[in-house]
Amino acid sequence: MNREEIENAVKDIIQTVAPDEDLSNLRPDLKLREQIELDSMDFLDIVMELRKRHGVHVPEADYKELATLDGCVAYLTPLLAKAGAKVAAR
Amino acid sequence: MPDLPRIAITGVGLTSPNGDSLPEFRRNLLGGVSGVVPWEIRHVGKTLAGVCRFDPLRHQKKKELRRGTRAGSIGIYCAREALLDAGIDLASMSPALRARTGVYVGTTEHGNVETENEIHEVAGRGFDLSFWSHHHNPRTVANNPAGEITLNLGITGPAYCVGAACAAGNLGIIHGAQMLQLGEVDLAIGGGVSESIHTFGIFASFRAEGALAWHEDPAKASRPFDRGRNGIVVAEGGCLVVLERLEEARARGARILAEIAGWSVNSDASDFVLPLAERQNECIRGALSRAGISPGEVDIVSSHATATPAGDEQECQALREVFSDSARTHVNNTKSFIGHAMGAAGALELAGNLPSFADGLVHPTINVDDLDPACEVRNLVIARPRELGRVDSILNLSFGMLGINSALVVRRTAG
Repeated sequence: MNREEIENAVKDIIQTVAPDEDLSNLRPDLKLREQIELDSMDFLDIVMELRKRHGVHVPEADYKELATLDGCVAYLTPLLAKAGAKVAAR
Repeated sequence: MPDLPRIAITGVGLTSPNGDSLPEFRRNLLGGVSGVVPWEIRHVGKTLAGVCRFDPLRHQKKKELRRGTRAGSIGIYCAREALLDAGIDLASMSPALRARTGVYVGTTEHGNVETENEIHEVAGRGFDLSFWSHHHNPRTVANNPAGEITLNLGITGPAYCVGAACAAGNLGIIHGAQMLQLGEVDLAIGGGVSESIHTFGIFASFRAEGALAWHEDPAKASRPFDRGRNGIVVAEGGCLVVLERLEEARARGARILAEIAGWSVNSDASDFVLPLAERQNECIRGALSRAGISPGEVDIVSSHATATPAGDEQECQALREVFSDSARTHVNNTKSFIGHAMGAAGALELAGNLPSFADGLVHPTINVDDLDPACEVRNLVIARPRELGRVDSILNLSFGMLGINSALVVRRTAG
């Protein structure tokens, strides 16, 4: 997955978790929770969807890495490469 | 009920398989329109159910729907519609009144749907519990539907569910009336909800009991009192009514739909599932006594009958014992139209009859093509509505598993 694909994958998940929000103007460098309504249960939903859709397990200690869209992409890039490789190896 | 305040019903919010408002529901009950349709659910396959079609986005955001339960969603729709019907503007409700408003939601069961969903999810993933949702507990706590109503409406008074099997809809209303009489609240929203068509377990269990209805024509599947009845059609739905102390309702110029005249709740203490006519009889007589009326003064009996062979027979026996001398009393049944809406049944069935005070009609029971002699009761209204001219009192019966019985009497009020 390239950067754009990862960003879109994260946005898809956010849209599922926050279906009432318009994400078209989401700034990648600002905190997600400052731009859209996301509480702690929503955040756990994002983590759950990453696990379900992409096989990525995010440990609690790393939750802080997912605060912004840029942060999500940076954190997920190596993990999704690994997950992708696992899928390809099956 | 000496020295206790009189209680009025001033608004009705409902969703039923054949109507999402009281006028639509009533029109279809008088017109013989069923709400039973083909339904398919995992593991059980093709079956039948009463399915609601209200628009949940009328009162909820998409995120609320995603996070909450179907029972919560039904409850929210009914509560908001009930307040609108009562002429109470939620937006202008003071914090003080919000804190003095009680929400009492009857449920037959809650949590089966959500638990099955989670088990289904992890079963497909080798029972890896890291896929078990953090939403599971808030969705399955027994107060979930009532709690979701408070979150959506911003009501801060007491709100909880009353678990009473299939008597629960009546119990939600009775409990609301009791809390108003005790002075615990100044406004009550009471009734019941059901999301039961979304749990395969309830279908499988009725089928295992030999109590799940089937008919080639879905509209004919729910057939209480008919010789060919073969069980229950499970339905979803909800009905919540606004209750107020009569004096205060009149003071604010509210339209009074009915007065709660009396009730009784008792237990068979005899069997997990089989009903008992003797105890039902006592329950009915208890409610009439509390209402201060004799059997001969009851115009309409809204029967509980679910179309199981034993259940209908026991209820009819109880009705014959109490009402055989009453030429005035007419008996109908609402499950024949919509199936068994479980926790909502008692409240929906009462609501469907309330317009009789205004139109003087009794809606019928449908699908009686061949009346079972064991279910013969005087003035059973079959197939078409009966015009009574004037209706002064209605008895609403709801019974449930583990032997819980409830009887609720409502009467016409002047003005």
